[in-house]
Amino acid sequence: MSQTTHSPLKTAFFSALLVLAVAYPVLGLKLTTVGIKLQVHGASPTTLWAIAACAVAMFFWQLFRDRLARAWQSAPRLPKIPARVSNTLTLPSTQRRVIMVLIVIALAWPFFGSRGAVDIATLVLIYVLLGLGLNIVVGLAGLLDLGYVGFYAVGAYSYALLSHYYGLGFWTCLPIAGLMAALFGFVLGFPVLRLRGDYLAIVTLGFGEIIRILLRNMTELTGGPNGISNIDKPSLFGLSFDRVAPEGMQTFHEFFGLSYQSINKVIFLYLIALLLVLFALFVINRLIRMPIGRAWEALREDEIACRALGLNPTVIKLSAFTIGASFAGFAGSFFAARQGLITPESFTFIESAIILAIVVAGGMGSQLGVILAAVVLTLLPELTREFADYRMLIFGALMVLMMIWRPQGLLPMQRPHLELKQ
Amino acid sequence: MPELNHYLQLLIDGLSVGSTYALIAIGYTMVYGIIGMINFAHGEVYMIGSYIAFIAIAGLAMLGIDSVALLTIAAFVASMIVTSAYGYSIERVAYRPLRGGNRLIPLISAIGMSIVLQNMVLLAQDSRGKSIPDPLPGKFDLVAGGAVSISYMQVFIFVITFVAMIGLTLFIARSRLGRACRATAEDLKMANLLGINTNNIIALTFVIGAALAAVAAVLISMRYGFINPNLGFLAGIKAFTAAVLGGIGSIPGAMLGGLVLGVAEAFGADVFGDQYKDVVAFTLLVLLLLFRPTGILGRPEVEKV
Repeated sequence: MSQTTHSPLKTAFFSALLVLAVAYPVLGLKLTTVGIKLQVHGASPTTLWAIAACAVAMFFWQLFRDRLARAWQSAPRLPKIPARVSNTLTLPSTQRRVIMVLIVIALAWPFFGSRGAVDIATLVLIYVLLGLGLNIVVGLAGLLDLGYVGFYAVGAYSYALLSHYYGLGFWTCLPIAGLMAALFGFVLGFPVLRLRGDYLAIVTLGFGEIIRILLRNMTELTGGPNGISNIDKPSLFGLSFDRVAPEGMQTFHEFFGLSYQSINKVIFLYLIALLLVLFALFVINRLIRMPIGRAWEALREDEIACRALGLNPTVIKLSAFTIGASFAGFAGSFFAARQGLITPESFTFIESAIILAIVVAGGMGSQLGVILAAVVLTLLPELTREFADYRMLIFGALMVLMMIWRPQGLLPMQRPHLELKQ
Repeated sequence: MPELNHYLQLLIDGLSVGSTYALIAIGYTMVYGIIGMINFAHGEVYMIGSYIAFIAIAGLAMLGIDSVALLTIAAFVASMIVTSAYGYSIERVAYRPLRGGNRLIPLISAIGMSIVLQNMVLLAQDSRGKSIPDPLPGKFDLVAGGAVSISYMQVFIFVITFVAMIGLTLFIARSRLGRACRATAEDLKMANLLGINTNNIIALTFVIGAALAAVAAVLISMRYGFINPNLGFLAGIKAFTAAVLGGIGSIPGAMLGGLVLGVAEAFGADVFGDQYKDVVAFTLLVLLLLFRPTGILGRPEVEKV
């Protein structure tokens, strides 16, 4: 690369100025509406000092970058993770064992955790399910889907509408919701999957928005912005978990002669979510060892080589897209059943971004990574309320930093591969 | 002829919105033309541009300056400078370190960047929208009785967009840097070998795109007088649609695509109702990608190994 050499002082000065130009107008000045007039006020002194400090830090960093880099190299190193350990950690067999341990913990969880803990764990499991589904599309097949929340919405509304208008139960609707989402994935995927990756990203983004706008505006059918409320909770072979059973049903505690406990309902919902996640894990684990799963990964690595080998890229992409969408459908119908109330605003682009952040942070294609990332990224905002405000900011920054420093994710999985010794 | 008047009015409104889409679309198309990637954070740059415009206008008004011309110029200058800084920084942080790897990687980092920018403004400026009164009230009646009219603001939008487009076209076609831009778009490696600092050229395209987005942001935020931190998302998607419509990578294509999209949206909103205005743009995008992915003026793309 041809690089004209600037004096380091000039570069440093320019960088510091850039920091000021970027940070001061947006962070240092605040628009406030006073009466009908718009006024500008300076932000708090702390913010201003922080901006100034950043600019100064940038100045010195650019000025002494070369020297700092050299000092850094000669500085005593922290012991790195030995290659053997990191190798073992990324082996598929190790990861499968860790997943087994996690499943055992998840099974024991509701019987030891408090009501709140089980409830949060249910939320985590929804995101695990969504993450695993999107992982098929983004991680395995390498298709950047930014409208994944659209399929989630389709699943949720499928159950809500069928239950609202036809009185169908959760277990009947679950496969229907999955099929509906898959159908939407198929119909949308058909035109757009012939396109290159970046087009696909924007089109799916637009699709997610279209679904939300339609749900908001078709007021007669979907209740518009108010959504659908009083969605039935799932039952266990016709046994309800409510205190008093609806017409023609029996309650769980009466049937087994127990006293009524509201935590039973929470545990039951948790177990359903766990069941869905286990189902997803099982199916995906089978799929990635089938020819179709191998084809997804091959396609991600090199589309032209795939074509040369006689694989039809459109069919392969479409299958990944459809199967990924169906898991979002399952997650959606469960979400509707758990919340009892859904509105179009539950399905904004932010949700897609969170799910994508989970897949990206976990390591694209790695199931264990996705599970751990879902746990961490869902728990953090729940545990620290102060964190919640900055949640999206941190997620965004995380996506940028991960791509720069560790694009393979925190816990990638090794592929079966052979290497030529040179 | 009430029918005809109605359609004429729609056409004028559509063209005025469309010309600002075209300005934003140029940012997408120029970056795509050179590095073959979509700048996902471009919509947020537009949003920041409109915030800076409001800050400049409100700030100067507080100092007692009430000349509309002065306020407008200040809004343009401040907004273009700040968004240029943003364009440059985005390229340095989210694109340059990732060049040449897997295509998915810069895309994801740019999405992360756009989330960061949106939430940064949301936290710093709070989520409530801000509004200012129309700086140029009044309109010309084109048909007696006001059945078809064009507001002063719309005329202003047409004039400024036209000037910006001419300026850009001349810059690309005549200037030394413009020639370097075209050379880099044609063949990055070769341009590099011939002594063009391609890193600077790539940064330059981000800066030009951001500055043009700022022009659009000032125009639109003055016309509608209302901004909020979420407006970058929709503007970004629409401008991208415009860029694809005209053929991504082609600058005249982006201009044409913006105008076509603006008109299509105005007529679509008239037929299907205002709440489906945004759906029109998305549907157009999907149909277009289905039937003519190269756009109106685009060249078919040959994928190289």
